[in-house]
Amino acid sequence: MAVKVQREDFDIAAEIAAMTAGRTDIGAIVTFTGRVRGDEGHVAKMTLEHYPGMTEAELSRIEADAQARWPLQASLIVHRVGELVPGDNIVLVVTASAHRQAAFEAAGFLMDYLKTRAPFWKKVTTASGESAWVEARQGDESATRRWS
Amino acid sequence: MSEVKTRRVKLLYFAWVREKVGSGGEEVELPQDVATVADVIDWLKTRGPQFDEAFARPELIRAAVDKVHVKPAAPIAGVREIAFFPPVTGG
Repeated sequence: MAVKVQREDFDIAAEIAAMTAGRTDIGAIVTFTGRVRGDEGHVAKMTLEHYPGMTEAELSRIEADAQARWPLQASLIVHRVGELVPGDNIVLVVTASAHRQAAFEAAGFLMDYLKTRAPFWKKVTTASGESAWVEARQGDESATRRWS
Repeated sequence: MSEVKTRRVKLLYFAWVREKVGSGGEEVELPQDVATVADVIDWLKTRGPQFDEAFARPELIRAAVDKVHVKPAAPIAGVREIAFFPPVTGG
């Protein structure tokens, strides 16, 4: 059960190995990785800002909510901040349970809640040097409501 | 004397709210009649055109009190930190 906010990239295999080392109670692992899209050359750079302190607290609250809803043996949220380019990893969610359904559902729940609750903001800089803050999508809010 | 609460709070601004205000945060003394998060926004808008601009569309402003999301009607008695920011876009 862990959350990490970091500038550096993550290694999915290493994170899973650390999560499962010495354990025989985990029968299912689901991972979700979010990456920066280039949007056909339109995006040159993506800058991720966050609210230090609240980000970690909010991610921990979201993780605790998931653990209260599903029988998870382990979970991990890693979110990057700073300057990223198309093809870079942004976010990793890993859920582990005895059987697959809990891990699949909890991973979806964690991503939906993360997108609408965790205090991160994306700014996109285009190839021509213009920059704009990404606007929140109504679809993300709807996706989160399906869990309530 | 124990009834007198300090009105000194830390305000934080993120993303385009930070850019429009022109600062990431500040310590302020709030007037006694500022009781809710919405009152703080109304008070900020009296402090200069950059605040007017940043808070011109209240439906696009989200707030957190002591690092927890709150609604505009949330009371601010005894809080230490109030943050204002646009709807979040992580993930």
